[in-house]
Amino acid sequence: MTIQELEIKANEIRTDIIKTLVEAGSGHSAGPLGMADVFTALYFEVAQIDPKNSTDADRDRMVLSAGHICPVWYTTLAHRGFFPIAELKTLRKLNSRLQGHPHAHSAPGIENTGGPLGQGLSQAIGMALAARIDNKKYWTYALMSDGEHDEGQTWEAVLFAGKNKLGNLTAIVDRNNIQIDGFTEDIMPLEPFREKYEAFGWHVQEIDGHNIQAIIDACGEAKAIFNKPSMIIAHTIPGKGVDFMERDWHWHGKPPKPDEAKVALKEIRTLQGKIKSEHE
Amino acid sequence: MSTSNLNPKLFNTEVEQAGTRDGYGQGLMELGEKNQDVVVLTADLAESTRVEEFGKKYPERFIECGVAEQNMMGVAAGLALSGKIPFVSSYAVFSPGRSWDQLRVSVCYTEANVKVAGAHTGISVGPDGATHQALEDIAIVRVLPNIAVVVPCDVEEARKTTLAAAEHKGPFYFRFGREKTPIITISETPFKVGEIITLRDGDDVSIIAAGPLVYQALLAAEQLATEGISARVINNHTIKPIDKLGLAKAAKETGAVVTVEEHQITGGLGGAVAEALSEAYPVPIERIGMPDTFGESGAPGELLEKYGMSVGSIKKAVKNALKRKVVS
Repeated sequence: MTIQELEIKANEIRTDIIKTLVEAGSGHSAGPLGMADVFTALYFEVAQIDPKNSTDADRDRMVLSAGHICPVWYTTLAHRGFFPIAELKTLRKLNSRLQGHPHAHSAPGIENTGGPLGQGLSQAIGMALAARIDNKKYWTYALMSDGEHDEGQTWEAVLFAGKNKLGNLTAIVDRNNIQIDGFTEDIMPLEPFREKYEAFGWHVQEIDGHNIQAIIDACGEAKAIFNKPSMIIAHTIPGKGVDFMERDWHWHGKPPKPDEAKVALKEIRTLQGKIKSEHE
Repeated sequence: MSTSNLNPKLFNTEVEQAGTRDGYGQGLMELGEKNQDVVVLTADLAESTRVEEFGKKYPERFIECGVAEQNMMGVAAGLALSGKIPFVSSYAVFSPGRSWDQLRVSVCYTEANVKVAGAHTGISVGPDGATHQALEDIAIVRVLPNIAVVVPCDVEEARKTTLAAAEHKGPFYFRFGREKTPIITISETPFKVGEIITLRDGDDVSIIAAGPLVYQALLAAEQLATEGISARVINNHTIKPIDKLGLAKAAKETGAVVTVEEHQITGGLGGAVAEALSEAYPVPIERIGMPDTFGESGAPGELLEKYGMSVGSIKKAVKNALKRKVVS
């Protein structure tokens, strides 16, 4: 796909995130919208995955640590063909394969269980270690939030990956600066964030998390660094694409109401071109 | 079962002793040889959890995690999701004590094929004191769906449990003691996860024990026999899934039960047996275990005596249970 096609796909995913959240009546808005470009780039360009053979032993592993942003995961998986887009309507409902926070293997493409923060990076490390032991070439991606860096387990995992020089692991953090109770730097400051990772032995890149070309390029560079785990700090705007959600931490953990969704969907439709112009 | 299936020197004063944790180490060495998928993780406790030898022989399958039990549990989950059979090794107070959330979410809910070995359990951990005496691990693990919980009684059963853990599909927890304790079983002694073993026949009461205190239960039964009390002794190594049918049969045939374990009396073997029998065949039950209090430093024998887990305490509990039997 061309970059423009990927941008269009990301906005289709944003549209379905809004529709899915309204239907569910609960769930998180800001993170999923903010990460739509990263998920699109990963699933439609970067990762070696096949929706028709979703348990292939050599597939790249995609681990979502920040499980609460699963609306973007589910929507991306559906658009990529792992399960029907119509199934998104079942999110958070009884007997659904799409749980409020992800349950490993409940539907194709859902590689891990997540939600309680800080658990996914460790799981991803286990997958990367298994690849090393078995001499397999698959790559492991861990998708993290900035807020989950408050958890001690995250830093245990960061320390461990650095020690083991896990060159086959790429973590991408959604640096959107918000968490449920407010701005990350008010709740528990993370800066200097880049330097922390560098001090733990990681290769670190900082990118605009809405620039699809930049996301693809950073993932490529990460694969070239074979003797260190890679961290890509993706600076994103929470609620990206919906003016009244953008940068407002109150949208971290709630869905739009139907009338709000109407406005949101209209704004996303006119987003086309806007992302690019911001970075030209 | 006849005692011919047990250690012939069982009741000799010079009965051989070994740590159940040594059985874990032996089992892992066997597994290392025959199963390439077995990997071992530890959190800076390789020697005392008896995984050091595995690490020396199979360094490529040995993962030193440092003092970070939460990450260790999560890494194990990731390894299991990629086809490995990871054995997570630490003291039970730390793992699953500190890593319970990871055990719940990354392992049990995920149904990841992770084996968790909890060392240094029970009051007999001794001088290290209450912080290091795991007396709650069975309760906090057996409440989780999808996981099996096994408490081996001696070094040989610990070896068999380790092999069984690798065969078992899904999460598995087993615990060990620190001290050398009498060797009760031999390689021919039957062992199957989920099935109680009757070690000594008896009609008046069933002493249902798990872990090294099975030995004290056997001693108590021997002494009670001289007082005319016929006590059955059951090795209830598998706490989950509990052998409800087997326990109900014993309750029906003997009419009274005493449970014996080195764990809090709430939530452990005693709790599991009481839950099962209250539904399947209610009889008077007395529970021997840690009486809802924390431990302290001391010699293992002194601590077992002080906190009511000695042979004398078991005999007293048997008599209490017999008094409560309904006279027909």
